[in-house]
Amino acid sequence: MTILLKNLTIVSTTEVTTGQDIFIKDGIIEKIGTGLKETCDTVLDLSGKIAFPAFFDMHTHMRDPGFTYKEDIETGTKAALHGGFWGVAAMPNTSPVTDNVPVVEYIINKANKFGYAKVFPVAAITKGLEGKELTEMIELKAHGAIAVSDDGKPVSDSNTMRQALRYAHMAGMPVVCHSEDLSLVNGGVMNEGATADRLGLRGITRAAEEAAIAREIILAKSYNLPVHITHISTKGSVELIRNAKKEGVQVTCDTCPHYFSLTDEACEGYDTHAKMNPPLREAFDVDAIIEGLQDGTIDAIATDHAPHHFDEKKVEFDHALNGIIGLETSFAVACTYLYHTKKLSLSKIAELMADTPCKILNLTPAEIKVGNVANITVCDLNEIWMPTPENTVSKSKNSPYYGRELCGKVTTVITDGVLKLS
Amino acid sequence: MKFQKDLLGIKQLDADQIQYILKTAESMKKIIFSESTKAPQLAGKSVMTMFYENSTRTRTSFELAAKYLSATASNMAVSSSSVKKGETLIDTTRTINMMGTDCIVIRHENAGAPHLVAQNVDATVINAGDGMNEHPTQALLDFFTMQEQMGSVEGKKVAIIGDVYHSRVARSDAYGLLKLGAEVVMAGPRTLLPNDLESLGVKMYTDVDKAIKDADVVMPLRLQLERQKNCFFPSGYEYAKYFGVNEERMKLAKKDALIMHPGPVNRGLELQSSLYAPDKSVIDRQVTNGVAVRMAVLHLFINRNL
Repeated sequence: MTILLKNLTIVSTTEVTTGQDIFIKDGIIEKIGTGLKETCDTVLDLSGKIAFPAFFDMHTHMRDPGFTYKEDIETGTKAALHGGFWGVAAMPNTSPVTDNVPVVEYIINKANKFGYAKVFPVAAITKGLEGKELTEMIELKAHGAIAVSDDGKPVSDSNTMRQALRYAHMAGMPVVCHSEDLSLVNGGVMNEGATADRLGLRGITRAAEEAAIAREIILAKSYNLPVHITHISTKGSVELIRNAKKEGVQVTCDTCPHYFSLTDEACEGYDTHAKMNPPLREAFDVDAIIEGLQDGTIDAIATDHAPHHFDEKKVEFDHALNGIIGLETSFAVACTYLYHTKKLSLSKIAELMADTPCKILNLTPAEIKVGNVANITVCDLNEIWMPTPENTVSKSKNSPYYGRELCGKVTTVITDGVLKLS
Repeated sequence: MKFQKDLLGIKQLDADQIQYILKTAESMKKIIFSESTKAPQLAGKSVMTMFYENSTRTRTSFELAAKYLSATASNMAVSSSSVKKGETLIDTTRTINMMGTDCIVIRHENAGAPHLVAQNVDATVINAGDGMNEHPTQALLDFFTMQEQMGSVEGKKVAIIGDVYHSRVARSDAYGLLKLGAEVVMAGPRTLLPNDLESLGVKMYTDVDKAIKDADVVMPLRLQLERQKNCFFPSGYEYAKYFGVNEERMKLAKKDALIMHPGPVNRGLELQSSLYAPDKSVIDRQVTNGVAVRMAVLHLFINRNL
């Protein structure tokens, strides 16, 4: 089985090389160069397109097991493939919670059955996500869990988090923190500010996120242990992490496409597709997030792909569930709001979406290099398109980008050496 | 004058529309005090009140307004309805809509609930208060009362005092009064003031005296005592003493300044009891004007295509 990809611009985290052909034999990249003449089973002329190392999403909700009316591993991995991801890390707030070996094995086996994208289970930090007793992290890792997280139900008790960081490090499990001080949220449903006042909705102070991040940083610093903060959204969070990094604290973080492209004004008209946690903030936060991406304070872009059924969204704003889907629009949003605005280079996007997410989770990132298994995401930087419920592959249709034009699209995906989307 | 299908908030109205509603309410008020309180404007129309939060005066006021204009007025008793069985808001209101209801008057604890309903039914939807968002007919009756007493609100200083943060009345009043050219100031404890209404041009004080100084209208808001448990204020005693409207404080306001209150009043808490009297405040007038304004709103929105 041979594939020849012709006339590509290849992007790596360090360079951009134009006019390249890639020859793939039996899933392995055999040759990279100009004007390759190999006779192949499949030849694709990809003139004008860009080959990225395939992306990895470190924050996905597959909803499987337990909430398969929102998404399941088949539809979720298919959505991941369409977004150019070779693999995703699946958050543990499933039902039953991913806090035991059978659920971990179920997730891995089911994903392998379909083969759209790999799924790496993230186990819960505490049993049942209840914030009380630690999960069997050594055992969970031995069966394929790659990290632990409290996503969706933050660990409130500081001593529990202290012990979790110490035990997880010993177990070789990165800790992914959803940092939120629930007492400060106090019934809020969107960002605290002028838009919340105008809509008459209860606001969530930025301090709810920042106070919790400050706690994780201080714990990481006290024990010189690594900690990863997921989906940061405020200017203050960027500043806290920037300063901690300067001090040498082992803290990493990610943000999501919506935090560098949308503001809380998207909630106007009580649009529940703009309701997520943490909430969309204001323009100065968006600017700070982009600066954080530019100067390396923010290490990765994750989607926080959070499918919900329309019955859970077509209700009063206060009652609507938090979260939006994001796998299929992540690259397009990054391309539109970071690349075309000249805020970030293509290499930097490769670093944020393909390279660092894997490294933080101790996985080997995709790299377009002779001898490697082909994991390649080909994009058209200039294709203008509009996400719609109809062109969404995910089972749920809760995207704030419907009706918004995006520039940049994933067109061809090869993962595990196999041409899966073209 | 053209009106939309629904009255969801004062935000959606311009100054001309507000004045047109108030003008219509003037003639409606005459009906209330006439020999026969039965005018034909809404004959053959049906109005359903759906109150997901407790209310006496607003619901009764809407019901009477509908009846004075010959509409069939009914009330859906939310506590005994399918809502208790877990039916969604959209489904409940769709059902009501399919019974041939021309107008749904809805009060709901969640901001934006009337907007959600309006998108899903073809009946006219009137917002009778949604969460902390808006209470447009209360604001309209406030404007009506102010204009009745002072001629115009242009250039007048209106001081809204108390729990502004949780108040849909304060918000609707502010939106409309700014459109009508009044000066709006608000005062209360820092914990009960919203953060960003100032961006609209409302002045905020934590010193009630500063807000009341030279005011033409002083409007204390109802304080919900249970907010004490959420650390919004420490005690009724401290609140009444430092944030309550009393005779002493009213000396700072303009002579003959109006005292208004959206009701129901906590006597001795946000308003000194002696001030809740027909010769000291216009609270009773507000109630009557409420019926007139709601008659105007029902007529103008239901009959918008006539």
